[in-house]
Amino acid sequence: MMANTVEAEGQLTPDEQKRLTSDMHRSLRRKKFRALFLVAPLLIFIMVTFVSPIASMLFRSIDNPQVSEYMPNTTAALADWDGDKNELPNEATYAALVKDLVEGRKNHTIGKAATRLNYEKSQMRSLIVGTARKAARLKPPYKEQLIKIKKGWGDIDNWRVIKRESKPYTASYYIAAFDMETTPDGEIKMLPENQRVYLQMLWRTVWMSVLITVLTLVLGYPVSYLLASLPMRIANTLMILVLLPFWTSLLVRTSSWIALLQGQGVINDILVWFGLVNDESRLSMIYNATGTVIAMTHILLPFMILPLYSVMKTIPPSYMRAARSLGATPYTAFIKVYLPQSVPGISAGAILVFILAIGYYITPALVGGQTGQFIGNMIAYHMQSSLNWGLAAALGVVLLALVLGIYAIYSRLFGGNNQMTLR
Amino acid sequence: MALPAYAGPLETFWYYAFRVLCGMVFIFLITPLLIIIPLSFNIEPYFSFTEGMLAFEPEAYSLRWYEEFFGSERWMAAIKNTFIVAVCSTFLSMVLGTLAALGLSRSELPFKGLIMGLLISPMIVPLIISAAGMFFFYSSIGVSQSYMGLILAHTALGTPFVVITVTATLSGFDYNLVRAANSLGASPTYAFFKITVPLIMTGVISGGLFALMTSVDEVVVAIFIAGAEQRTVPMQMWAGIREQISPTILAVATLLVCMSILLLSTVEYLRRRSEAIRGISAH
Repeated sequence: MMANTVEAEGQLTPDEQKRLTSDMHRSLRRKKFRALFLVAPLLIFIMVTFVSPIASMLFRSIDNPQVSEYMPNTTAALADWDGDKNELPNEATYAALVKDLVEGRKNHTIGKAATRLNYEKSQMRSLIVGTARKAARLKPPYKEQLIKIKKGWGDIDNWRVIKRESKPYTASYYIAAFDMETTPDGEIKMLPENQRVYLQMLWRTVWMSVLITVLTLVLGYPVSYLLASLPMRIANTLMILVLLPFWTSLLVRTSSWIALLQGQGVINDILVWFGLVNDESRLSMIYNATGTVIAMTHILLPFMILPLYSVMKTIPPSYMRAARSLGATPYTAFIKVYLPQSVPGISAGAILVFILAIGYYITPALVGGQTGQFIGNMIAYHMQSSLNWGLAAALGVVLLALVLGIYAIYSRLFGGNNQMTLR
Repeated sequence: MALPAYAGPLETFWYYAFRVLCGMVFIFLITPLLIIIPLSFNIEPYFSFTEGMLAFEPEAYSLRWYEEFFGSERWMAAIKNTFIVAVCSTFLSMVLGTLAALGLSRSELPFKGLIMGLLISPMIVPLIISAAGMFFFYSSIGVSQSYMGLILAHTALGTPFVVITVTATLSGFDYNLVRAANSLGASPTYAFFKITVPLIMTGVISGGLFALMTSVDEVVVAIFIAGAEQRTVPMQMWAGIREQISPTILAVATLLVCMSILLLSTVEYLRRRSEAIRGISAH
């Protein structure tokens, strides 16, 4: 390429210049393509196995197929009905409802629509399922008979709920996730104080994660400082004490905290033996928020120490000596010289611990009892026990948005030199 | 960090107070791992020390829980499942992750930031969210409750570690070595396997060990997408801690601590070797 494009005097003719540029472009394109080709397998793999699941969760949190799919005739009939007019739907709508109930009962699908509507208004399930049981025996005209069987069919609010939830997409899972409800008039308002669950849970998750982050920082900072300032040989030996917990299974560490903290556990035994605590009034340090905080601080401490250590390692010890020789007290030298230089480590460790903590599920579930549960446990509960998957997905999206938001703020503040590297 | 000769009494006090504090943190870190080892030899079905154990009576100790563990079909099946899933997903993570890291380290790659963000997203997204999403998606494409699904999920969770460690290894990589090989007549493939692979191998293996550990230790996603057939060791432990706490859990935990000691030594060995290769002395 080079040989035939460069003339003897070093000047290129316009034609050759054009050819050289296009050759270079082609070569660059080929290199680009080759780099993409190497990345492509993993990129496609992550797209399929990881990004699509997250996308499917996003979709699930607004997806609302139950009513329109399992009560199609009612959905169609209600399309023309105006819920604001304070009039019950016409006879044709009641006939459509009976048709849906009979078919739904035959196909065993009416329960799904009933469960969905029950999330919006309690007693909707018994109203629908109870009527469906008798619907096959009814003869037209239906309106009077249905109202006679279940008074609920004469209640205009119930019809409004059915009409609202017959749309294919809904915001109602998010409304529920923020402890709000939609009144029959279509107004969105906060639930009464004693029924609020999720915001309180989210708030508790956040403040407990902050507490755990602060605790790991308080415990981790001196240790990292010691490790960074000791001679390499001793530091490497002591590092094993940090790395061994880091490499040990989460479940192992959680179960050993159960052995340590429970009523008949090691710590209580020691306290009783020393006479610090009465045998009858053993401390309850587990199956509550205290247990969660202690166990999670232990589990996440290495994630704080490792980034702190790697930053402190780069701070030359001569700076502190210089400050002292210029007359600074140890305290001033630390605050003015050392601390500012260790800030990248503090921020990297704090964001790592906080993001890990906020999504925890296993440890709170095992040692958290009633008061130490996190939002992750609520998601798992709706996934596995209550089977309200829409709400689980909405709570998951809220948590994900929180994590990504915090991460975005972090990279805006400390962007570029990311210290979240592995040892 | 020796105490300077000019230190006054207050400074001397702080110096020792600081060391005591650090010692306490180290004790806090390591005690939970050490305490389970003697407890796993308890003859009684309790999670606490009996009087006999404290008096070091030989009758208070037994291998009962280890026998129960090795004699249990459930635990043995769990070990087999964990092994299958971990080996397959680690292998996949290493291959896919290394290829991607090679691509990511090229300056010509377009949208580098976006691609890197996507590739390491499984590490940033909380596990419970990944688990919920995978539960919905994997059951809709029919791979939940299968080895296939669990292997795919664990591979996705493990690849970020390989990508990060191999990219880090490649950041100190001297591409002139490859050019030299090419100029001496080696084909790109030959140069890749003879020059690049041996030099980045430490990064690949330590990334692979992180991926292996992720798979062996992973329980949240497994609970959601694996069936009873694919029950892994962490799933069995999770069930054991929730249902009936028996010291069998502690026997398993002790064995797992031994395994992590082994893994830790391997990773440390590799790290020092790679530093030595790159000419950064550890001392």
